Amino acid sequence: MEADARSDLAAWRAEVPALALRVRGQRLAYLDNAATTLMAQPVIDAVARVATHLPGNVHRGVHALAEAADAAFEGARATIARHLRARPDEVVLTSGTTAAINLVAHAWGRANLGPGDAVVVSALEHHANLVPWQAVCAERGATLRIAPIDDAGRIDLAALDALLDARVKLIAVAHLSNVVGTIAPIAAIAARAHAVGARLLVDGAQALPHLAIDVAALGCDFYACSGHKAYGPTGTGALWGRAELLAAMPPWQHGGEMVAAVEATRARYREAPARFEAGTPNICGVIGLAAALDHAAARDRAAVAAHEARLHARLRRDLAATPGVRVLGEPEAAVVAFTVAGVHPHDVATIVDQEGVCVRSGLHCAEPLHARLGVDASVRASLAYYNDDADVDALLAGLARVREVFA
Amino acid sequence: MSDALALYQATIVDHDRHPRNHGPLAGADRAATVDNPLCGDVVTIELRVDAGVVAAAAWTGRGCALARAAGSMLTVALAGLDATAAHARLDALEALVCAAPDAPVPDGLGELAAFAGVRRFASRRGCVLIAVRAARACLSG
Repeated sequence: MEADARSDLAAWRAEVPALALRVRGQRLAYLDNAATTLMAQPVIDAVARVATHLPGNVHRGVHALAEAADAAFEGARATIARHLRARPDEVVLTSGTTAAINLVAHAWGRANLGPGDAVVVSALEHHANLVPWQAVCAERGATLRIAPIDDAGRIDLAALDALLDARVKLIAVAHLSNVVGTIAPIAAIAARAHAVGARLLVDGAQALPHLAIDVAALGCDFYACSGHKAYGPTGTGALWGRAELLAAMPPWQHGGEMVAAVEATRARYREAPARFEAGTPNICGVIGLAAALDHAAARDRAAVAAHEARLHARLRRDLAATPGVRVLGEPEAAVVAFTVAGVHPHDVATIVDQEGVCVRSGLHCAEPLHARLGVDASVRASLAYYNDDADVDALLAGLARVREVFA
Repeated sequence: MSDALALYQATIVDHDRHPRNHGPLAGADRAATVDNPLCGDVVTIELRVDAGVVAAAAWTGRGCALARAAGSMLTVALAGLDATAAHARLDALEALVCAAPDAPVPDGLGELAAFAGVRRFASRRGCVLIAVRAARACLSG
């Protein structure tokens, strides 16, 4: 690694206080970033500033604190929209990707899906981009079609084409897989969706922290993402939707904030995005998410991309060269999932945890994908910009311990 | 000894690698299956009970070393016990793995005392308890 890259990385790491934690008495090697990421001090400070100086509620008061909270919250929406290259009035703030997808499934799905219609998802989806479609299809009498993947973990576009016809109203796919780490060709899938009159929803939970997102360039119709996977607080996220689609969608959840006028027996709803934001939002969290996206944008993007690509390539290469290890698919970014011959993933995770290494074990909320790949479960190591070679070294040392215990 | 080595005692690794009573049980008169949907582990226990006593026990399933070893060791431990003694043995194993990390290990657990290491790993208790719950359901069924 060159000196500039080393000093960049040292500066990035110094800003993340959780990296100084000792785990089981060892240096922390945090390789579970696809589950949730660690916040940098400026993000933590932004959250604390809201709790300290902006204690008002949003969208309802006329006093000074309410006005200040309102301005900060709507400012955060504008910031989040800017980082998605979107308009603020097309950004609905949610508790995360799951809530964003459920919002589309329930609000858009109920208005646009009926008997005989179809929804297409890929075979690699996280349960959050599968189960809501199962539920809404069952409720509306629609059919759920599964687009196959190849052994590399990529969506098979020819097989997808064979599933598409005028009955398909929506395609829903992950931008970056949370298991096999492949990047879906969103623009190509969008063109296919639109050619049959369908909409495209993209699950961007894993992509937001690693790829530059431009919803217009992607050509999708909905984009769902989470704050806590992009170095922001938990309980935050966003749904971007095309203005004309949001305008035609009925509300999903009802209550305060989303109403224009209420009589005893009926109510009139506000325009999007307020119509989809019933109840008091996560004000601290949303402002923290905006700070996290600003903070990420302030890092040298090219340096971050080069560092993540190099470390991911090394992780993938060294895991593949480890005795008994099988890497699942052909990961392209951030994530490497693998199995160790003869040892259950939970046992692997428990043993490497003794070396201070945090990895995920199990199904990673993608049970059908594991069935497709022919494995009961897997171990997943996932990277962030603040990971370093010592983290990968610790994982490899932990895997050597696994071999000792299960010799 | 590190906590991980304490968890994966030789007895547990041996039962994982060379499970006893593994496979369908001929003449079984009761069976129960318990799974953990979070991790995909599943254990089935089958028993043949003669005159109120466990005459034979076997297990099938898939899972981590702890789940497999628990299935294997329980089929050994339950053989020859009547229902009251078998339930007492299952309760004792559950109490062991749910105890505080430094609590004394009770006498009389035999081989099952190897699971004492699980006390330091709260997230792994469920791995042992899959087989315990399957055996309990089997005895009650």
